[in-house]
Amino acid sequence: MTKTSRSPLSRSLSRLLGATALGLLATASGQALAADPIKIGVIAEAQAIAGASIPQAAQMAADEINAKGGVDGRKIEIVTYDNHSSSADSVRAFQRAVNEDKVHMVIASYISEVVLALEPWASRLKTPFITPGAASNEISKSVHNDYEKNKYTFHGYLTSAALALSVCDAAKELLAEQKNMKTAVIMSEDAAWTKPLDIGYEECLPKAGLKVLDHIRFSPDTTDFTPIFNKIEGSKPDVIITGISHVGVQPTVQWKNQQVPIPMLGIASQATNETFGKDTNDASNGVLYQGVSGPGVPVTPKSIPFADGFKAKFGNYPSYAGYTAYDEVYFIADAVKRAGTTDADKLVDALEKTDWEGTIGRVQFYGKDDPFTHSIKYGKGLITGLMLQWQDGKQVSVWPKEVAKGTLKFPSFIKVTSN
Amino acid sequence: MLAFQILIDGFAISALYALGATGFTLIFGVSGVLNLSHGAIMVLAAVAAWAAASVFHVNTYAGALIGVGVALIAAIVTYFAVVQPIQKSTRIPNEEKEIFVLTGTLLWGIMIQELIAYFFTNNAKTVLPIVEGVVAILGVRTPRNEIFTAVVCCLVIGLLWLLVNRTRTGKAVLAASMNPRGVTLLGLELTNIYVVVWAIYGILAGIAGVLLGMFLGVSSYSVGPLTASAFSIVVLGGLGSVSGSLIAAFVVGYLETFTAYLISPAYRTIPALLLLVIVMYIRPQGLLGRR
Repeated sequence: MTKTSRSPLSRSLSRLLGATALGLLATASGQALAADPIKIGVIAEAQAIAGASIPQAAQMAADEINAKGGVDGRKIEIVTYDNHSSSADSVRAFQRAVNEDKVHMVIASYISEVVLALEPWASRLKTPFITPGAASNEISKSVHNDYEKNKYTFHGYLTSAALALSVCDAAKELLAEQKNMKTAVIMSEDAAWTKPLDIGYEECLPKAGLKVLDHIRFSPDTTDFTPIFNKIEGSKPDVIITGISHVGVQPTVQWKNQQVPIPMLGIASQATNETFGKDTNDASNGVLYQGVSGPGVPVTPKSIPFADGFKAKFGNYPSYAGYTAYDEVYFIADAVKRAGTTDADKLVDALEKTDWEGTIGRVQFYGKDDPFTHSIKYGKGLITGLMLQWQDGKQVSVWPKEVAKGTLKFPSFIKVTSN
Repeated sequence: MLAFQILIDGFAISALYALGATGFTLIFGVSGVLNLSHGAIMVLAAVAAWAAASVFHVNTYAGALIGVGVALIAAIVTYFAVVQPIQKSTRIPNEEKEIFVLTGTLLWGIMIQELIAYFFTNNAKTVLPIVEGVVAILGVRTPRNEIFTAVVCCLVIGLLWLLVNRTRTGKAVLAASMNPRGVTLLGLELTNIYVVVWAIYGILAGIAGVLLGMFLGVSSYSVGPLTASAFSIVVLGGLGSVSGSLIAAFVVGYLETFTAYLISPAYRTIPALLLLVIVMYIRPQGLLGRR
């Protein structure tokens, strides 16, 4: 092989090309730095209806923000992980999100047990983290008890204590005042989120004018509710106050098939899903459930456009955690904008100052000195929750009266009386 | 009053357990296969019946039949795709085949479970009851559907008894369970008998699944507990003994109902499991076991 010597011209030409390439590379990386996306990890229960709405709603919010140019030129990128409703899978997803996918913030899960398992990881990996749907009081209590360590966790949904208050406020007006009801039995599944809920119920129901006759807690894997309903009927209450999330379809169908003559009102997460009517073959008619928003309910001017847009895109209305997840992406973007950075500690500071009108009301967080630090504030002018009822296969808001679209309507087997 | 309540509620759930466990024990008795995809096939039947009615809007009867049909197909597919290849394999030593079949059917069941969860979510589904409304029996308000469930279970088990004891096919099945070698020597193709047994099993599991969907509702989470409950009933009754399984189903059904009413619904399944442990100590072959 002979070595051919290159002409001076070609040599300088290649040098020139090389320099240009380098220059191009430099500008490209410079631009990439400026437009570095804001990465949000979304860990959710993709197979559960309540959880499936979480990544969908988050993506929808991100697409909307990106369509308007993003946050200071930075796009929002959603990275999703299916946790199969498992705490262990969630922890692995969290580690992967932070260590490998380099997310700046995590939105995760509607299950309290999962969120409580992730909370220490948010602290260890110093990554801001918010739940769109878990309720346990312990989530924000831990932030209060050890602020410096746990300040990375935010509770983007009502605490069980606030949920109990919301149910009691609705029960007072709808049942005690309007229907003259006087007694109740609490029926709740045995889970982390219902412990504080039940304490809340026991405390606020008597104040709402409903005497608590009995309190039944059952295992979340119960399939036959006949003995439970029979036991409740034995104590002759005017209403059953529910605290159910892992179960929902089965007790509702059995309530109808057995024609249990007592209305049910309370927290029933599965009833917040539009598919609940179909899953129960319309046994859901008459069920009263607490929600933070609902189809066709103008809680804020943003509620209906979001719900309708979601339905147009995914074929069904969002679950309760869909509304909150959508809002969360928006106020995270807002916080990044105000902080001017995705640095974890500065982002936490900015999130604490959140004042955002979302789809469920006005979102603000309790401060360091409040008992439920970093949980969203409950109250008039902020978030009060709603009471909705399944009527003829549709979800109709019945409380508070500012947003009510109908009045209470029960199937014929229900006796609306005061015993 | 409470006694009648326990009597009536216990009967319906026991009859359903009996029907679910009968097919399971039949397969073991005839071909020595413990089918750990049992719960998945039951749930598949119920979800298919639900989907037919709710998504494709067929009527309740047709929906129920579709559910049973899907279970029948699933059972036959299970035999040909999972069980037979393992049994015929020359690379798996004979003494390890049982464990391979156990593992194979278990994984098959998990696959079905995940597919159901993927396409229909893991939320519970319920099949619209064929008969609605309630009647008072001895002062107990009983859903008509509960009576329907009990009647269908008893009828199907009765028909199965007739089939096994009074027909030529049934006698061949019975013979295969006693001496498979003898059956082949008589010129009967063992594979054909197995297919018949799996078909019968599919129909039984399908009916049980659809009835369960009407009575209590099922979700993809029910797969494990349903297999476990059939397994413990069959072990309690004696592996391979159909009458043992029937007795065990009623013992378990009533024990659970008793516990739920008199102690707490939260401890429903515990006494039945304790009983299983005790029986294993005193009489390892089960109540009516042959071995």
